[in-house]
Amino acid sequence: MDLKFSNAEASAEERDAVDRLLGAGDGGWHGGERDEQDHRRAHTGHAARSRRHFVMEALHAVNDRVGWISPGALNYVGKRLSVAPADVYSVATFYALFSTHPRPKRIVHVCTDIACMARGSKAVCADLEKRLGPASADNGWKHSPCLGVCERAPAAMAVEAGDPPHEHLIGPATVDAIALALEDGPAALAAEAPPAMAVPQAGQDGLMLLKRVGRVDPDSIDDYLATDGYAGLRRAFEMQPGQVISEVKDSRLMGRGGAAFPAGIKWESTAKQPATPRYLVCNADESEPGTFKDRAILEGDPFALIESMTIAGYAIGAERGFIYLRGEYPRAHRMLHNAIDTARERGFLGNDIQGSGFSFELEIRRGAGAYICGEETAIFNSIEGYRGEPRSKPPFPFEAGLFGKPTVVNNVETLCNVPLIMRMGGAQYARIGTEGSTGPKLFCVSGNLVRPGVYEVPFGATLGDVLTLAGGVPQGRKLQAVLLGGAAGGFVRADELNIPLTFEGARANNTTLGSGVVLAFDDTVELPAILLRIARFFRDESCGQCVPCRVGTVRQEEALLRIAHNRRDTAAKGRDIGLLRDVGLVMKDSSICGLGQAAWNAVESAIDRLGVLEKSP
Amino acid sequence: MHVFGAGGGTSSYREAEDADLLVFWGSNAREAHPIFFHHALKAIHKGAKVYAVDPRRAKTAEWADAWLGLDVGTDVALAYGIGREIIHAGLVNEAFVANATTGFEEYIAACEPWTLEVTSRETGVPADLIRQLAHDYAKAERAQICWTLGITEHHNGTDNVRSLCNLALLTGHVGRWGSGLVPLRGQNNVQGGGDMGAIPKNLPGFQDVGNADHRAKFERLWNVTMPPKYGMTLSEMMHAMDEGHLTNLYIIGENPVQSDADSNAVGKRLENLDHVVVQDIFLTKTASYADVVLPSTAAWCESEGTFTNSERRVQLVRKALEPPGSAKDDIEIMRLIAERLGRGWPEQTAEQIWDELRAVSPRHHGMSYRLLAERGGLQWPFPDENGPESPFLHGRLWEKDPEKRGQLAPFGTPKHSLPVDKLDDEFPLRLTTGRRLTDYNTGVQSGGFNSPIRFGACVDLSPEDMARLDVNEGEWVRISSRRGSVLAPVRREPGLRPGLLFMACNFPDEVDVNALTIEANDPISGTAEFKATAVKVEKTNEVPTWERNVFTKLGREKQELAPAE
Amino acid sequence: MNAPYPVTPVQQVTIKIDGEDVSVPEGSTILTACNAAGKDTPTLCYGDTLTPKNACRVCMVELKGSRVLVPSCSRKVSPGMEVMTDTERVRHSRRLVLELLGSSVDLSTTPRIPEWMQRYDADPDRYGERSGESLTRDIHEPGEHHAGNGYVAATMSQPDKIDNDLYVRDYSKCILCYKCVDACGTQWQNSFAIQIAGRGFDSQISTEYAAELPDSACVFCGNCVEVCPTGALSFKSEYDMRAAGTWDESQQTETTTVCTYCGVGCNLNLHVQDNKIVKVTSPHDHSIGHGNLCIKGRFGFVHVHSRSKEGSDS
Repeated sequence: MDLKFSNAEASAEERDAVDRLLGAGDGGWHGGERDEQDHRRAHTGHAARSRRHFVMEALHAVNDRVGWISPGALNYVGKRLSVAPADVYSVATFYALFSTHPRPKRIVHVCTDIACMARGSKAVCADLEKRLGPASADNGWKHSPCLGVCERAPAAMAVEAGDPPHEHLIGPATVDAIALALEDGPAALAAEAPPAMAVPQAGQDGLMLLKRVGRVDPDSIDDYLATDGYAGLRRAFEMQPGQVISEVKDSRLMGRGGAAFPAGIKWESTAKQPATPRYLVCNADESEPGTFKDRAILEGDPFALIESMTIAGYAIGAERGFIYLRGEYPRAHRMLHNAIDTARERGFLGNDIQGSGFSFELEIRRGAGAYICGEETAIFNSIEGYRGEPRSKPPFPFEAGLFGKPTVVNNVETLCNVPLIMRMGGAQYARIGTEGSTGPKLFCVSGNLVRPGVYEVPFGATLGDVLTLAGGVPQGRKLQAVLLGGAAGGFVRADELNIPLTFEGARANNTTLGSGVVLAFDDTVELPAILLRIARFFRDESCGQCVPCRVGTVRQEEALLRIAHNRRDTAAKGRDIGLLRDVGLVMKDSSICGLGQAAWNAVESAIDRLGVLEKSP
Repeated sequence: MHVFGAGGGTSSYREAEDADLLVFWGSNAREAHPIFFHHALKAIHKGAKVYAVDPRRAKTAEWADAWLGLDVGTDVALAYGIGREIIHAGLVNEAFVANATTGFEEYIAACEPWTLEVTSRETGVPADLIRQLAHDYAKAERAQICWTLGITEHHNGTDNVRSLCNLALLTGHVGRWGSGLVPLRGQNNVQGGGDMGAIPKNLPGFQDVGNADHRAKFERLWNVTMPPKYGMTLSEMMHAMDEGHLTNLYIIGENPVQSDADSNAVGKRLENLDHVVVQDIFLTKTASYADVVLPSTAAWCESEGTFTNSERRVQLVRKALEPPGSAKDDIEIMRLIAERLGRGWPEQTAEQIWDELRAVSPRHHGMSYRLLAERGGLQWPFPDENGPESPFLHGRLWEKDPEKRGQLAPFGTPKHSLPVDKLDDEFPLRLTTGRRLTDYNTGVQSGGFNSPIRFGACVDLSPEDMARLDVNEGEWVRISSRRGSVLAPVRREPGLRPGLLFMACNFPDEVDVNALTIEANDPISGTAEFKATAVKVEKTNEVPTWERNVFTKLGREKQELAPAE
Repeated sequence: MNAPYPVTPVQQVTIKIDGEDVSVPEGSTILTACNAAGKDTPTLCYGDTLTPKNACRVCMVELKGSRVLVPSCSRKVSPGMEVMTDTERVRHSRRLVLELLGSSVDLSTTPRIPEWMQRYDADPDRYGERSGESLTRDIHEPGEHHAGNGYVAATMSQPDKIDNDLYVRDYSKCILCYKCVDACGTQWQNSFAIQIAGRGFDSQISTEYAAELPDSACVFCGNCVEVCPTGALSFKSEYDMRAAGTWDESQQTETTTVCTYCGVGCNLNLHVQDNKIVKVTSPHDHSIGHGNLCIKGRFGFVHVHSRSKEGSDS
């Protein structure tokens, strides 16, 4: 391509960061040293342009090394990957973890999202402001949406650019810990809590999805093998791919990411497509506020995901799978890397897996702070090295997904049910849970509860059951409301604890399970402030592609702000609630993707179900 | 392309979108024909492979899966090397060659010496690339070779074209949808001018002046007797001026004093003529040599008529503006001259004259103004108003019936011949010339707008040559050939290799590039060897007066991007 | 002559629009069907030479069986579809999209806006006073924003970008329809000079690090201006005349002719006012350029007007 770059050059450090990812420069036409060969030949066609899917990783490499993406570094990434600088810039400026301005090497991202709000993040921020100045990159700390550490709320993530970079999730976050991370670097912090800390049930008998968490060394494939690991894959290899799909269909496994689509149908329709290659994508971009269940698996039992994806790849005829991992899960990233490398060394990935004749490779792509990338088509764009903007459907992923090819995209938890199904058989699996919701289910239980964490229950438990498992609200407090399904979900009242947490039960009660968030608020929490935080979240996370969501989320936040500032003027409040309904409806009806369509759900339920805005004085 | 018996590109632009392989040979279409390149880009995004054969790695080559950086003037050799490889790899389209061509045995013999090694040595192109291009071109389902002045502006331009035609014949990449030979015309109406008979041997519609039957048609129409004598090519005219046979010249819409090779010589010739008439929209440098200047209208916006483009599409040109001052339509000027010469030509509209043409040119016969307007132009041949259009030519060569197949296409056996202006110790560098995206010809028209991406006059040097000469971008050098010498600022261009220089021809007032070029003309087309001049370059402290115009763009390029505040 | 490229016969598909049968060729969009049925459908991001981006969502219609409304500009027809174009939901959606745009973007040069605003009873003023010019829209901090007190409606308002003599970028008028990006990108020009930078409401069409156009990869073909639906991109000639109050489309003629700058033969639409070319566009339905030109075709007309100073340009 006839690309044009400014004269800005990458520093040696920036080059090194990119070269370690992509290999040393290959000639003068691709950003490297010009040699005599370059006088007579150049290959800057299709092959050169086919490497765009490294853009995210290359930007990570630079950002993680020097803390920001300079014009020279951006040019170098563009030259190495044959991508126009304006294109690289458009990607870099889409993701919150990347910076296109100079900023300090050490930054702490302090979660101010709803679960952390319920557990004191406001006070932490107020103290930080006193100690460090207002939140800004220059002052070393920033506000962050949900970091997925809700069981240890309030949470923060400390990062330090360098070689190697350091990243550390802090929870519960204290001002002292944050200050220490800034002064001495994240390495000075005490070790992160072990993965099992997220799972209060860890070690209990009868768990299916979480049975290894806390019981095995998650970095050890031998531990994994000793606890039924790869039994599911062996069973799958005894079947034809079509039979594997039949078993999954028989299991009636529904997607656990939020949309509750039957996994077997998804696999089958993808496998039927004539176009090849087909791809498998694992959606590990768990970013729904209040959601942290996938992290528990990724950190506590990473080989389970590798095995699950290998089975899925075998079933749908994919030879390549991608794990799209949210950028805020540094430990999960390290552990997945280890698991993939180990599995490959032991013949569980790569060519001719365990003599089956089936070959499968896995690659990780890290997100960089964009909730929207959990949308099933935005994730493709992000993997391919584009902005994480959702695509218009149709075509659906099974027809034209990653790289325009038939693709299955499944959530981590969904996939991790597959080895169970293989081992038990689909029909047996389907006996777990209820008629409409089969299998075990993970719930992310957080907020004002005694024992927040990830809980596994067979489908059929009620909301009350799950809250009881988590110890209920602390003594002396009263449950005020529960948010189900996260920011895109809806509130229910404290008197609705008998709602069955099944897909059909939620539907019958006009609410949603979403990604399995059960976020409890006791009577100390100001719900209007929670609504504002949710509105702020959607305004910040809207990709900006379509008007209803791009502008609607802004107007929604503005109206809520007006209501907050102006509680006594009932006429004005009435007008603003009407405006919220108008804006909410167009977002729901006319946004391109689920983000915009759901951006008003929680606010709507708070108004209609809780009467929050009418009630507030 | 007399190989096929008609002078026009074989394919329509739309076909490029369906090609599997595009070879840009001596064509920087990305800059010189940007909108044609849009069609190529469609193909590229559908997966088509692109090869670029060009001494420079120009913008087009930057899109190529493989760029072959040959030495200037070794095109015939490279084509033989490719042809030989196709033959030896058994990739010849045997059926097509047997049915549709002649002279294959002679062609094989001519190819034989050009092994990959020999070709590589002669052209500078790595052998593996030659082989790869040969195989990909031969194996492609649909492949086109597109060329421009990089092929034709040589002393043996016709031989170069012939060499490319040979490759198409060898592989059957002609006469089919998506396959073809695509000469991209440099000027808006080169095709139309040729079609209308502005070629020494032709009457309108590619009818031969030497053919009595053809002549008779026109003689009847115009009620005159026509001399059966061919006219002169431009280079023949130059020669005739030198000899003193040609003493009067009527120049319409040309600026030869700046656009022709060895421009100093052209000026001297004009000075010596008895009478020079220049008809132009501007008072060009050539006009300053004229005894009489006839101000004319800008054909594309101040008068009516047709242009014919590189895909043989005749399109209507319409009047949008009233011409300034005393400027007159070309038709009206001709009529007034005829009147002074005692011929009472009637006042005619452009459409009436077009209809007259249609009456005598079968391939234009169906093209009424009404249809041209309705269809956004029509591609010739279009003999019948109700007939189909002709997106590509020479489909007849694929006919089973020899009758329908008509005259077979002959292979040629051109000789490889290096540029006339030889490199030696005194003039060791090769200068090639061309056009930039933002500029056009001698800049008379394109100079009118303030292009933010205009470099202005400069000489492009490879980074290696800049280091050797110890010059930085923006510094001045003196470039000299055996004929002349100019000053120009340096621009760094990594697309050039050591020893290869490039200058745009678009700023003759500042840097008269054609003071350097050689008037070595192709014997058939009459085109000069603009693409190959032997020069030397010296660092200098001299700076001409026009330098203030130059640096804005070069200066801009140097600024580093600062992050937004 | 051989047969040209293969032409597959196209089936007609019949769908119902507002209860009436409409037949259109297979592969057509609902919008095409709406047009065939005489349903005037507002569109902004739709471009006749571009793949629908369906970003503006003003053309939404109700499709029986669909949970949400669907964009008529991109959804292809399938047999038996039942489409409603004027239900309460559709009217609400169109009204709100117009309001949301009208409250955040300067639509003063967007054709037909007053008519549509009236038709759908849109009131963009009800979102409060509009924010003034922002000088920081080119700084991108995705995931963060400064929320005020809610009484000032955030807008796109920002200074015009005038960094060259050929065209002006007035992003206060930008609805982020992506058409310029697509025209500059893989769909036509493939120069990739501009892209969307930033995220959400803070998105902005931008070069890398907001570099000025002459320093970017821009080749000044003007193909972005050709497709801009709101006047956010305009030719400098038009911009200056509008500023001077002399721009008068009722006094302009538009003549199609052929470019003189190379042998490709692109068609030019010359817009002439007072015997001066004031801008050049290109017919979108022409097989050569599909509305696209290069810098010379788009801006190279100036020389015809410099002849009053005879000889000065030679």
